[in-house]
Amino acid sequence: MEMMRKERIDRGLKVRTEGLYAISSYREILYLMGPRLLLIVGVMALPFIFELAPYWKRVINIMFVYALLALSFDFLANYVGLVCLGGAFLTGVGGYFSAIYNVYLSFPTYLAIPCATITGAAFCTLCLIPCLPLRGVYFAIVTLMYPLLFTRIIEALDILGGTNGITGVDGFANQYVEHYIIILVVIGFLFGMRRFVNQDIGLVLRGVKDNDQSVRASGIDVTRMKILAVFVASLIGCFGGAYMAHLYMWAGISLFALDFSIIPIASVVIGGGGTLVGALIGSFILVPLSEILRAFGTFRIVIYCIILTGFIVFKSEGLMIFMQRKYHQFERWVKV
Amino acid sequence: MSEEPILSVKGISKSFGGLKALMDVSFDVQRGEVFGIIGPNGSGKTTIINCITGFISTLAGQVYFKGKEITGWKPHKIADAGIARTFQIMRPYYSLPAYKNLIIPLWSPRARKTGGWRGGGKHGDRDTVAVDILEEIGFERDSRVPYKLSSTLPTGYQKRLELARCMALRPEIIFCDEVFSGLSMSEIAGMLPLIEKMRDEGITLIMVEHRLRELFRVATRVMALNFGEKITEGEPSFVIEDKRVREAYLGTEEV
Amino acid sequence: MHIIIYGIINSITLSLVSLGFTLVYSISRVPNFAHGALYILSGYLVWLFINKFAGFPYPFAIIAAIGLTAVVGALIYRFILIRIRGMEISEIIATYAIGLAILEGLRWGGLRGGTFTLPTFMAGSVNLFDVSVDYQRLIIVGVGILTFVSLYVFTRYTKIGLALRGIAQDERAAMMLGINSDMTAIVSLAIGSALSGFAAVLLLPLGNIVVETGYNVLIFAIAVCVIGGLGSWGGTIVASFVIGFAQILTEAFISTHYQMVVALLAIIVTLLVKPSGIFGKQKELEERV
Repeated sequence: MEMMRKERIDRGLKVRTEGLYAISSYREILYLMGPRLLLIVGVMALPFIFELAPYWKRVINIMFVYALLALSFDFLANYVGLVCLGGAFLTGVGGYFSAIYNVYLSFPTYLAIPCATITGAAFCTLCLIPCLPLRGVYFAIVTLMYPLLFTRIIEALDILGGTNGITGVDGFANQYVEHYIIILVVIGFLFGMRRFVNQDIGLVLRGVKDNDQSVRASGIDVTRMKILAVFVASLIGCFGGAYMAHLYMWAGISLFALDFSIIPIASVVIGGGGTLVGALIGSFILVPLSEILRAFGTFRIVIYCIILTGFIVFKSEGLMIFMQRKYHQFERWVKV
Repeated sequence: MSEEPILSVKGISKSFGGLKALMDVSFDVQRGEVFGIIGPNGSGKTTIINCITGFISTLAGQVYFKGKEITGWKPHKIADAGIARTFQIMRPYYSLPAYKNLIIPLWSPRARKTGGWRGGGKHGDRDTVAVDILEEIGFERDSRVPYKLSSTLPTGYQKRLELARCMALRPEIIFCDEVFSGLSMSEIAGMLPLIEKMRDEGITLIMVEHRLRELFRVATRVMALNFGEKITEGEPSFVIEDKRVREAYLGTEEV
Repeated sequence: MHIIIYGIINSITLSLVSLGFTLVYSISRVPNFAHGALYILSGYLVWLFINKFAGFPYPFAIIAAIGLTAVVGALIYRFILIRIRGMEISEIIATYAIGLAILEGLRWGGLRGGTFTLPTFMAGSVNLFDVSVDYQRLIIVGVGILTFVSLYVFTRYTKIGLALRGIAQDERAAMMLGINSDMTAIVSLAIGSALSGFAAVLLLPLGNIVVETGYNVLIFAIAVCVIGGLGSWGGTIVASFVIGFAQILTEAFISTHYQMVVALLAIIVTLLVKPSGIFGKQKELEERV
């Protein structure tokens, strides 16, 4: 009886293109650029694909917001080692700040959103600074609590519109602006973050995740690096929140909803942690799914949680890593 | 020599709960020498390194570096001032390839201040400098070794990577925490020239070691610890003859 | 006087609520973020028993509900946490997800539309030093103190209790002495869940059973534990008094709505000033594994 085992070998195409010193054929260019072009073109075309289904166009916008949050979570958790259980904190802060700039300070939308992104990120970072010098558990605990706390504080003190929220927020010029602002920002952040984590400074952040003692022994202030990482991740999340405030033309407590904390985590786990693209793919799957499940009410959260727990416990590698493996390597059965 | 010692340790004491790990340990290290710290397991060798480099707080005592007090400074500040250290338990940056491990120290403020090793600290092509450094410490340049994931490197390479990480900062002192442990004879033969090269470049080395023969080949002076106390200090040949050192390692003759 | 009495009541309430969380964390280093969910689960179970089964005696309902909750806690460990033991972050995400699943599942499955209440143990109130206190609250304080004392005795003088403390101090050493760390984790999670159920049964009669309370309970439990020092029982009790009185004081002098703000500020101040909490032991940089 013959024993067979699976052998995985990098494709010739992958090995040739690895060094990137000389790409000699169109085939190699296509191999490298193909997936990226597919992603960009596909994503840009989405609004047109759904021309006939207006309800789904709104869903697509939200899907990209979740994609941003998932990107932020993937970056913090898998590249810096900080697990953020409160994505809703970022969206809530971003959304409220933008509404404040727009309604109370009369900034136009195109000024309010960038301001909210930057100042919101600064505010979130400040709130998180106390737990950054400490063990990772504290970061998880604090980020988990902030959305819950802020919701209750806004409700109890009846500030910032209380349970009614801030109404009268300006919208966007037209539908296409609505779509393409978020799509372009998502693509921008995706490729930007990929670049960032491979720059020297990104490597330092990844070092913090792997072995922060060693980074300290190299003369680098790890807490300062973490602050930088949290600020970058907050920029991404706060933009999402600010965008949503103008999309709905309203900023309310629902911006701190648990969905914004849980769905990004589930997206990253399903899509493949550490790949950045996996975060997007996970959201592309989970958000439409959650729309379909809307009929079930809050039961859909139960489903996400069960899926999430399943993945965490059984440590599935996620879709993206699976797809990458198929793309870069081929398998064959070999006699032992 | 009336020159001021580069490192001056006075009366360091440290307890972990009820366990007295270090008791009133003092010593001076002159610039450029290779200073060995020996002692049986549990004598406090790694603890003294942790205390001096700021990873552990001390109960009492002071540390002076080039005349300035650095007691209680945070680890990254001490490294920034010019004191580097290796870790006994090897932990390279697992998710990064070997040469990228060096980018991190080359990026540090100290490397940027001093230029780092071979000019790698200046903004620019740290990648190339990293590979150069690896070649200098014995990685074969044209092979895949520098590009391999650091988690897949054999122990000898990982130890040398640790030293390279320290060297990249262009430090004035390097604390070597048992760099010879876990190596085969041929790997040690590869390490010794590296140590000698660092010494020749003017770096002061403080080596905590268990392998006395290899240590005594390079050490100028040696200090022995036992149960957290300093028992003697001096030239290697003098220390090895000291009865107390032999008792510490081998036990007394009493039945 | 009003402040002192209600301060004490509030503090004991907080400590009862947080005790389950602290116990589980100190013994098996598992941060049980399903704590709030288990709290509401017990309350709901009691309500189910006495309302859906005609004539079900109240005391039996309480015992059954707490028992079931303890079983749920043990199951959570046995089937899920046991596989990710040691990876703190995964434990947090998993227990949080399970807690959410329970809470939202309860919301979907029944706890909505209409009010759900539990009957108080003893109706009426009494006048203490000129302050009106209802019997339920007095019972809470009395039972609370009794609980602390018995837990203290249990962990100092019984074999199981000593085993739990041994594991809490040094897991590896305890394992070498033959104490099965998984078994103790299951037991501690069962006891912790039972404690949260116990707190629920005592406190829920004061108000309605609402899913939101589950989240609030989690927030307060974490706040108390962080401030008192993760894993320190003495710290939990001291911290509950600190926060308890702070809340009552702000309620008296400013307004009733600042409870959460107090909790938030207390956490931030603790993290800034003494991160390990009042009685916590900060592990040195090099001692971290």
